[in-house]
Amino acid sequence: LKRGAILLGIAVLAAAAAAGEIPLAERRSGYEFMGRETRAMQDDDATNPGTLWLLDGEALWSRKTGERSCADCHGEASSSMKGVAIRYPAVDAKGRLLNLEQQINECRVEKQKAPALAFESRDLLALTAYVARQSRGLPIDLKMDDKTKDSLEAGRATFHRRQGQLNLSCSQCHDERWGIKLAGNTIPQAHPTGYPIYRLEWQGMGSLQRRLRNCFIGVRAEPYAYGSKEFAELELYLMWRARGMKLESPAVRP
Amino acid sequence: MARTVVNMPAQAKRGEVIEIKTLAGHVMETGFRHTERGEAIPRDIITQFVCTYNGTEIFSADLFPAIAANPLITFTTVATESGTLEFRWVGDKGFSASHSAKLIVV
Repeated sequence: LKRGAILLGIAVLAAAAAAGEIPLAERRSGYEFMGRETRAMQDDDATNPGTLWLLDGEALWSRKTGERSCADCHGEASSSMKGVAIRYPAVDAKGRLLNLEQQINECRVEKQKAPALAFESRDLLALTAYVARQSRGLPIDLKMDDKTKDSLEAGRATFHRRQGQLNLSCSQCHDERWGIKLAGNTIPQAHPTGYPIYRLEWQGMGSLQRRLRNCFIGVRAEPYAYGSKEFAELELYLMWRARGMKLESPAVRP
Repeated sequence: MARTVVNMPAQAKRGEVIEIKTLAGHVMETGFRHTERGEAIPRDIITQFVCTYNGTEIFSADLFPAIAANPLITFTTVATESGTLEFRWVGDKGFSASHSAKLIVV
């Protein structure tokens, strides 16, 4: 028993030394931390409230806005948008890092000649959810390469940087303390596998950046602005961190 | 027109108990909240849901401010004869939404 305890002690020390990133095989989606009822709600399109946004997104997809509709260029979303959301945020031809919402707005302004939609507006969330839905079940496919490396490392640095009045980093909760309780809630591993999500606490749909704002405010740090470079970098790092995990969009979260 | 989602089997055996799931898009504003400037936000909720089966009411519910946004109502009924199920939600500010679904009983 004593020897077991020593071995366990060594194992704990080894784990602490390697702390920083969760081994790939031990990663778990937030879905696995939810109760049975919430999982059932997500699994069935008839009970997942995200369906209401998907229906809006489907209508917006084929509605002419500005000079043309999304469908005029992209055709059927079920084929053209399959495998798209799992590659975002991505670096565009002009070298800018854009998340899915920003890419949709880029298309609206450049191709449709329509005004950009406001972040967290119902229409932008509906379109994002509709596009993301087409990749449900596909593994997140983000690679660290010459294009993404700098942004990804910047996102990683933000994730590991202590900040706010509580002087906490994202990593201290989500890499080192996942699975234990923060007040009444289980700390998840922070894998963005189902965005945009229908969050029961919000009683509505929200983006990953809205969720990130919650955490920033939680550690009493000033959140970055919606659409900022820093948020996109953090999003990129989180998606890379969840590479290979299946997309659930639109997910339900408590 | 508000978004509604109704899920139920299209076909059932006579005497079979079928489950019906309904979802209605609605903010369900309680009337108890205030804006940052202290003004009361008026109540805006769905107040009643009714389901009829070939014209006969088989399920109804009164809704109150404590019910969350986008209310999900699930219930069961016995498939007696082929026909139409009508769903109707009514609420504050003249809110009204409806949905109908066909059921074939064999």
